[in-house]
Amino acid sequence: MTAAAPAPIAHAPAAAAPNRKLAIERAKIDASTTGPVLFFFGSAVLWLLAATALGLIASIQLHSPQFLADCPFLTYGRVWPAYQHTMLYGWASQAGIGVGLWLLSRLCRVEMKLSGILMIAGLFWNIGLTFGVVQLLSGVTSGVVGMELRGGAAGIMFIGYGVVALWAAMIFGLRRQGPAYISVWYLLAAFLWLPWAFGLGYLAQQMPGVQGVMKNVVAAWASHSLITMWITGVGLAAAYYLIPKVINRPIYSYNLATIGFWSWLVFGGLTSMVRLSGGPVPAWLVTLSIAAHILLIVQIVTVTANLVLTMQDQYHMVYHSPTIRFTFFGAIAFSTASVLSLLASLRSVDAMLHFTDATTALDMMFTYAFFSMVMFGAIYYIMPRLVGCEWLSSSMISLHFWGAAYGGGTVILVLLFGGIYHGATMGDPEALFSQVIESYYPFHVGRTLGLIILSMGQVIFALHFLLMLLRIGQPGGQATLFAPIGVEPHP
Amino acid sequence: MNRSLPLFAGVIGSFALSVVAIVLMPKAQIGALQPQTTEDEGKITDIFPIENLGIAAKGREVYASNGCYYCHSQQVRDPQNGTDLDRGWGERRTVARDYIFESAPFLGSARFGPDLANVGSAKWRNEPEDEARKPARRDAAWHFLHLYDPRAVITQSIMPPYRYLFEERKISGQRSADALPVAAPKGADYEIVPGADAKALVGYLLSLDRSHPLKEVKSAAAAAPAAAAAPAAQ
Repeated sequence: MTAAAPAPIAHAPAAAAPNRKLAIERAKIDASTTGPVLFFFGSAVLWLLAATALGLIASIQLHSPQFLADCPFLTYGRVWPAYQHTMLYGWASQAGIGVGLWLLSRLCRVEMKLSGILMIAGLFWNIGLTFGVVQLLSGVTSGVVGMELRGGAAGIMFIGYGVVALWAAMIFGLRRQGPAYISVWYLLAAFLWLPWAFGLGYLAQQMPGVQGVMKNVVAAWASHSLITMWITGVGLAAAYYLIPKVINRPIYSYNLATIGFWSWLVFGGLTSMVRLSGGPVPAWLVTLSIAAHILLIVQIVTVTANLVLTMQDQYHMVYHSPTIRFTFFGAIAFSTASVLSLLASLRSVDAMLHFTDATTALDMMFTYAFFSMVMFGAIYYIMPRLVGCEWLSSSMISLHFWGAAYGGGTVILVLLFGGIYHGATMGDPEALFSQVIESYYPFHVGRTLGLIILSMGQVIFALHFLLMLLRIGQPGGQATLFAPIGVEPHP
Repeated sequence: MNRSLPLFAGVIGSFALSVVAIVLMPKAQIGALQPQTTEDEGKITDIFPIENLGIAAKGREVYASNGCYYCHSQQVRDPQNGTDLDRGWGERRTVARDYIFESAPFLGSARFGPDLANVGSAKWRNEPEDEARKPARRDAAWHFLHLYDPRAVITQSIMPPYRYLFEERKISGQRSADALPVAAPKGADYEIVPGADAKALVGYLLSLDRSHPLKEVKSAAAAAPAAAAAPAAQ
């Protein structure tokens, strides 16, 4: 997008005073996406509540192992994978699909066609996932971390994924906007990587030629790629759209965005083997992933610089706009998480942190602090455009934010420092293993406390979302802000 | 200018690169390993690893079904990657050949419990070697009690109790030989005995032993052969 720098933003963020015709066209496009986007958002929010409950149960069991111990369906070893699946495939992926499809339609200026089929695809997904989660809780699992679902459930989900990806490619193909905006690039890559990685990951588990440790390699590759390519792609696409759009100015540099995109595309898919670092895999494989992590610095720096410089002089918007507050929080979390995973990938650091909560903390920083926060920001932006009224209460949004930021932040910090503590004590050969685990108790408790705060924010959000679905809100037109622009509220 | 072709090509290329580098290349290297055999005058005298069948295979399913691998790894790492050897979790690091019959290996990603790669070996420990203090031997009776009530064995254990793998039975005549040394909740004329799944699971745990030397790994076994030979007393 080098020479044509001003062209791609003709319609995208910060279009100067769109004329009436464009506004009508945009409203039509928004309306055409309403059905499927609301369907995906609605299912995502339901799964988010399920994930909240499962995550809390698993966390409590880590410090109080008697909790629900006599119920085989809720033993830790079943609740934990169920939590991860509801979080990744239930909440994150479906929120991502909703936001992604809406963004694609808008940025490509294409009305959604045959949206009924998309909703059927969504139904397949939810049925497959429900089936899979019930299986996990009943102890039916493939036993491969990251690819735990059995073939049936994964197959049903894959059909759903495939149709969604097809629709995304179709919207892109039909686009009426000449050169595509950077968000569209990220979305296209993300939407195509999702079914490929998921499909190949599960297919390879069934193939006779994939033996022993190769199954772990494929599973780590696929599950890690879903975070680095799918989740990250949609999250950055949304951030690149929402931040310039709401503060009403173009992104700082299109060239930086382009460089960042291509480095992510090349290196992002090579980072996964850090998950097996130190394990029974060829050493060069891990080295390759560490090198990819280091080269990803290009993307981390360009994305961070671009989004921060776009926000320049406009930081006060985090006091006013819910969308900006959530999205910018997510963008900063992306940079932090990326830098930390680069550090954690280095061999000496990994040797210490490999089997600890620090790895969970990094996953949570990507899926929660970065991705989910951007998705919340996007949902706060998109919903009023679909249901025709504005969010009822700015204090509910505010409570959601503080619950998510403080609760989620607590959990992540506890896991991170807990991981360092766990790694350091395990690294001392004189320390009895039972004492290492015993002395970890406060961290497990801290995690539960953080999760309780987080859960309260989550429940408030779900309630607010339900009110929006019922069209209970402020009259349309004026976005619900924390404070009117021009007035400095108490932070 | 139509930029969609380079974009599509880039996305497909990134996926192809990733698959080739992370999936196909390692597959060529470790995807078709065979067991190590030792031959003596043309006759095979030793094969490792061998495939687990019978109760150990059944127990492996119980292990998977209850998600044991979310807290217990099954991979011994070399000294530069941790203290696994010092702790007595194994005598050598584990390598890809150790896992060729497993679908899929429970390599694990967290250690809220000790590594179990060799827990069936008589030499397995979970603490530094100490002549004065002999750890309990992890035999079937130990595992049953530990599964039923981990805190009966390790006071502050955070392992969940797996009471649902056991049965509470009325004692008719004599106590069963495999009854656990714990009081049954229903009263004195009841006893706790392991169910089929618990028996299979313990069978599997006792089968876990990857201490057999492999040519591609240096073993630390030569360092302390004497201590390992004598089974530790209770």
